[in-house]
Amino acid sequence: MALDSMKEIFDQMECEGIPFWEVVLRSDMEERQVTRKQSMAKMLITWQAMQDAADTYTGTRRSVSGLAGGDGIKMRQYAMRGAAMSGGYVCDVIAEALSMAESNACMRRIVAAPTAGACGVLPAVLLPLCNYEEITQHQLLEALYVASGIGAVIAHRACISGAAGGCQAEIGTAAAMAAGALVAIKGGTGAQIGHAVAMALKNLMGLICDPVAGLVEVPCVKRNVIGAVDAVSAADMALAGVESRIPVDEVIDAMGDVGARMPVEFRETALGGLAMTPTGQAIKRCMKEKEE
Amino acid sequence: MPNIFDILGPVMIGPSSSHTAGAARMGNMARTLLGSEPVEARIHLHGSFAETGKGHGTDRAIVGGLLGMRPDDSRIPFAFDEARARGLKYEIDAIALRDAHPNTAVIELAGADGKQLVMQASSIGGGRIVVNKLDGIDVNFTGNFNTLVIRNQDENGAVAAVTSILSQLRVNLANMSLCRHKRGGDALMVIETDQHIKPKQVEFLSELPGIISVTYYDKEEEDDGSRFDEGNI
Repeated sequence: MALDSMKEIFDQMECEGIPFWEVVLRSDMEERQVTRKQSMAKMLITWQAMQDAADTYTGTRRSVSGLAGGDGIKMRQYAMRGAAMSGGYVCDVIAEALSMAESNACMRRIVAAPTAGACGVLPAVLLPLCNYEEITQHQLLEALYVASGIGAVIAHRACISGAAGGCQAEIGTAAAMAAGALVAIKGGTGAQIGHAVAMALKNLMGLICDPVAGLVEVPCVKRNVIGAVDAVSAADMALAGVESRIPVDEVIDAMGDVGARMPVEFRETALGGLAMTPTGQAIKRCMKEKEE
Repeated sequence: MPNIFDILGPVMIGPSSSHTAGAARMGNMARTLLGSEPVEARIHLHGSFAETGKGHGTDRAIVGGLLGMRPDDSRIPFAFDEARARGLKYEIDAIALRDAHPNTAVIELAGADGKQLVMQASSIGGGRIVVNKLDGIDVNFTGNFNTLVIRNQDENGAVAAVTSILSQLRVNLANMSLCRHKRGGDALMVIETDQHIKPKQVEFLSELPGIISVTYYDKEEEDDGSRFDEGNI
């Protein structure tokens, strides 16, 4: 089955009496002509790559431009002092989002989810959760299937890259994937996954892609944080029974429409937003001079 | 339609799937099509590759690819050092091409055995690439299949000879194209196949009459997880 809409996934769940992740797994087996074991092994390899990126992060590396690096470790240390207002899990989520996104900027090995620029969001919500609760590896793989199924639907109906639809499409999709994954791991229903996805996506709608000097650094690293925190809040709302008034597929379509009508200056071209601020421009000139 | 591992993946060296992962794949492709250890490379970057390539590590990724590094190889940031250690001389500059995708590079390559290659390729998103030109001849292939690149004299029977051998080897052709500069000159056959082709078979093809050279790009193997037991998952 092609992953064309959230509704189709919900229908399939109902019709076959299987959970969300199983629908996505079966779709992968059919699409790539692989066995259940092959598909799950690949997902495990993907998860291990995320874990490995987090475990080997030291915060010492800097990006080629020198703009990114070292913030994840600051946040980790702050979290350890126990004084953070966001406290506990959420503070760790922030630290992990920074660390992972920064790892990407600093040419470390990461997993694009759904893009390299948004690679911090999904692992940021999943990795710290393992420190607070008993979660099996199988539950984590299930959550990753849920996340990738959500991403596939959004890629089909709207877009997932900053160049195509702005940051709302890139970090927005990552947040929607992460929100759905969290609801699944917490035992939420399919409908709750849908509401979490809708709310995560709605709350970042309209966000532009405005990378300073055209690099995946400013503001991308910190936008991973807002994506991750957005995901946690959307998941908690959904699990509390809060519902999105607009159905999830309509929200996805609306995001796609906003992306399609977003001026090209706000779609990764570095011609608007933060990229065009005096400081953003100065950084760009500085990069050029360094090159020459 | 993207599969779920295009959404959750690839596993790659940052920061950009198009400017870094795709660039590494391009270098790798050029190395393979050269068919020997590259010792000299001139890399020309076009469009966004020229504009933001340095900050995205496009330069290092291409050089890393030329040295045989895959897009997830942690040595990519240090590819320049590795190139010096392995005796690959490289130059990188900007170029303005007409009608080219914004993320395009032209790679001129010379091998230890004197072989030469000029390849133009574009990085089209998500780490995927398209090869546009080989030695001045327009081509169009992606490396998503096992790919034979065969230079032959433009004369009767060369295509038939190659395809009949492939059919005897029970190799199924997915796509095939034939291009030439001018009548009677050298021509280029690009054949994408479903099956893998063994080194011996590539060698055999290169010995057919009218065939000048054969290079072969083996599709990146997916990790099928065969090392895991059911219990591990």
